[in-house]
Amino acid sequence: MINPLPGLPEFDYIQPTSLEEASHFLAQHPAEARPFLGGTDCFVHMRDGAWKVKYMVDIKNLDGVKNISFAPAGLTIGASVNMNQVIASPDVNQYYPLLAEAAHSVASYQLRTRATIVGNICNASPAGDTIGACIVYEGQLHIYNSKGSRTEPLRSFFTGPGKTILQPGDIVTAISFPIPPAGHAGKYLKLGRNKLGDLAIVGVTALGYPDKAVPSGFSFKLALASVAPVPLVATQAEALLANKPLSEATIAEAAQLAMDACTPIDDVRGGARYRKYMVRNLTRQAISDVWDRIR
Amino acid sequence: MSFHRINVTVNGTTEQVDVPSNMTLLQMLREKLAVTGTKNGCAAGECGACTVLMNGEPVNSCMVLAAECNGAEIVTVEGLSHENKLDPIQEEMIKAGGVQCGFCTPGVLISARALLNRNPKPNEFEIRDALVGNLCRCTGYIRIIEAVKNAANRSA
Repeated sequence: MINPLPGLPEFDYIQPTSLEEASHFLAQHPAEARPFLGGTDCFVHMRDGAWKVKYMVDIKNLDGVKNISFAPAGLTIGASVNMNQVIASPDVNQYYPLLAEAAHSVASYQLRTRATIVGNICNASPAGDTIGACIVYEGQLHIYNSKGSRTEPLRSFFTGPGKTILQPGDIVTAISFPIPPAGHAGKYLKLGRNKLGDLAIVGVTALGYPDKAVPSGFSFKLALASVAPVPLVATQAEALLANKPLSEATIAEAAQLAMDACTPIDDVRGGARYRKYMVRNLTRQAISDVWDRIR
Repeated sequence: MSFHRINVTVNGTTEQVDVPSNMTLLQMLREKLAVTGTKNGCAAGECGACTVLMNGEPVNSCMVLAAECNGAEIVTVEGLSHENKLDPIQEEMIKAGGVQCGFCTPGVLISARALLNRNPKPNEFEIRDALVGNLCRCTGYIRIIEAVKNAANRSA
């Protein structure tokens, strides 16, 4: 459909000069102001009329959000680092390949010039493509607030579709990741309606590594997209894989637990029942693939 | 609603423009500067008809605020040719028959130019991957991909 009116509804574009100023402004206008980075989700919601926003607060040019850096402690990706920069980063490709792969599966090159990992997370779509990789790599969000900053694990960040634990005045300035465990391998399986550029009908991200601290000798992290009100961590399946000797049967059992944990919806991309079965199949496939490489 | 005075370079010419907060880069190009080669299709960042280069990288201009473009360098399809000579990708698109109705063409050309700038020798997958965000309902893409291949071979 050709949209005859490309215009956005009226709002004021705000360019704060510091994080403190931005945080103050956002705290003063909790219902009317939104921070934004690339705007790739925001502008769509605003055009659709789903969001009524009076102030759009541009935080992407502030100090402290622009860099991607790798150190012995791990990787830090600033909020305004775009997805193409992440995909092109040698450190990301070497140590966090699932993140590059997941980012590459987002929309198109020109959209990824604007789209960011932190924006993808804060938009809190259950289908967010890069969220699974950020969860299995144990991402930590750095949250600035003029009243006091803090760090929160990504695993407990989401509270509902589009909803997070962020409070008025909070600004996520970066996400950081520890060095992945020794001997790790990962797999990202995204089921879309076509090979490239689509949203996920179902997304499965699996990371596994040898771990002497658990009975099975292997730990797995499993994140599922588009199958629950929030990006889902398949904790029961993770526990089973840590505790029961690994075999094809154990992997099938874990995949069934992942399927049982899902509460997907029917939508234009796929039915709930289809999604559940795809979670089982793709989870089994992802875990098997990872296990083959770490056993 | 607030207005913003910005300085923006479009195809080599610097312009000072007053833009309202909610004006997109696409609207500014077409309606303020009368640079109408760039098209509006979906207005949602999906079809790529509005693709332009912003500081050397392709963006969907329907998804960028004009007010964000202060100090930016924008190149549209009108800026691809130099001294009355078409860009190689433009010539190859004509030769390959990669243009039918033409509505997607300005965006395709910009995405293809951006690809060749960052990767002068793309393989077919890389070409398809780079053009995922440019929908064409006429050609079936085959001739567009041929054109990009031929343009890449020319710069050998």
